[in-house]
Amino acid sequence: MPAAESYPDDLKYHPEHDWARIEGEEAVLGITWFAQDALGELVHFEAPQAGATVSKDEAYGEVESVKAVSDVVSPLSGEVLEVNQKAADEPETVNEDPYGEGWLLRIRMSDPAEVDALLDATAYRAHVAEQ
Amino acid sequence: MEATLKRTPLYARHLSLGARMVPFAGWEMPVQYEGVIPEHRAVRSDCGAFDVSHMGQLHVEGPTALTFLQEMLSNDLAKADDGEAQYTLLTNEQGGILDDLIAYRLAHGQYLLVVNASNREPGYDWLKEREARGSEVRDASDEYGLIAVQGPQSLERLELPEAPAFTHAMGELEGIEVMICRTGYTGETGVELCCAAEDAAALWDCVLARGAVPCGLGARDTLRLEVCYPLHGNDITPETDPISAGLGWACDLAKDFTGVELLRAIKEDGPGRKLVPFVMEEKAVPRQGMPIEGGGEVTSGTHSPMLDRGIGMGYVPAESAAPDSELVVDVRGKPRRARIVKKPIYRKES
Repeated sequence: MPAAESYPDDLKYHPEHDWARIEGEEAVLGITWFAQDALGELVHFEAPQAGATVSKDEAYGEVESVKAVSDVVSPLSGEVLEVNQKAADEPETVNEDPYGEGWLLRIRMSDPAEVDALLDATAYRAHVAEQ
Repeated sequence: MEATLKRTPLYARHLSLGARMVPFAGWEMPVQYEGVIPEHRAVRSDCGAFDVSHMGQLHVEGPTALTFLQEMLSNDLAKADDGEAQYTLLTNEQGGILDDLIAYRLAHGQYLLVVNASNREPGYDWLKEREARGSEVRDASDEYGLIAVQGPQSLERLELPEAPAFTHAMGELEGIEVMICRTGYTGETGVELCCAAEDAAALWDCVLARGAVPCGLGARDTLRLEVCYPLHGNDITPETDPISAGLGWACDLAKDFTGVELLRAIKEDGPGRKLVPFVMEEKAVPRQGMPIEGGGEVTSGTHSPMLDRGIGMGYVPAESAAPDSELVVDVRGKPRRARIVKKPIYRKES
């Protein structure tokens, strides 16, 4: 079942509808409820390899639904430590649990100061309301 | 400039069901309700209902209607008796496909053509300009609602008897007068119900009350592609011919119709390229317009809910069109392997 709309307060958000959960020097990345809802049921996650570099505001992969494909933009820069294999094998996990089981990448941040430029949940909710 | 989108008689029903509405061929149509995949599965396993009221209905009537349509359409319409229907093509002077449609013979000298929404006006104009003495072409699209009910349980749910494909009869469903057509675009058993526009909402309610799952254009596209039904505008166009598209079976090359000489020549020489169905062997979803290595192009592509992998159709050089041949699709710059298969891509296990 698709998840209900939510934007957890403990996450940071990028206006391109990506989220980051900051865990020390590392961050877990994913796409927001809004992004997965706009795409519909995901059928493919084209993921980078562990060890690859991702850059803030740049695409690191693609998520694809039956009808559409979309770049996934990184909210932060860093090195990919881990790709969520469950999201790659069963992309519908992202629809079912976009902030939990449906996370996409874990990275080691190269510039933790970038976090300050991200939106908090309140600002992101306002951004979504304008879409 | 934003043109005003037309709405079918079921527009309010779609909104109240929470459909996601999109522009399609000048219409505001539901692309999905619950989701493409569950809707697709409902049609394969049980029964789904589609609002296809956007499709056009052209009446062609008069003592010369058959002779006139024989000149305009590719298939031999003389084979259709009262109560029968036929898949056929409207062709141009180059043998290109202006539209694919179903012609229903209602009675002697009375035909109903159900045409694609995007081709309703150009098709009407094309026929009207060439109208023969003793035939009259009339666009009656706004008078009708059209609801497709498709899936293995569809007849049981509607309490309809079995009947051969491509037949039709008048009947009623809970007091609503309907033309029951044994046709569809999903590869499943089912009907298309044509009713007066003002009865469409009541008919829709009745069909849903019988347990049909509302399905949008998204599932309609994945269902038709799994069984390799071409989509006009994608797989077949005024620039593509029926022989290359594998639709020679819908062309009677022994009769005279628009463009037939060119089609005879293509048939004689063999087409330079062919429309082939394929299944991805790597994880990727092919999409319309993606190049195929060696000089080809994807014309339709999607994710198959039944096979759980990318599927598509595309034109390739005739010499590389044999089933089991390998293809390489350029998926946004990345080469991805696919294999040509025999039609249909998906076949129900019996």
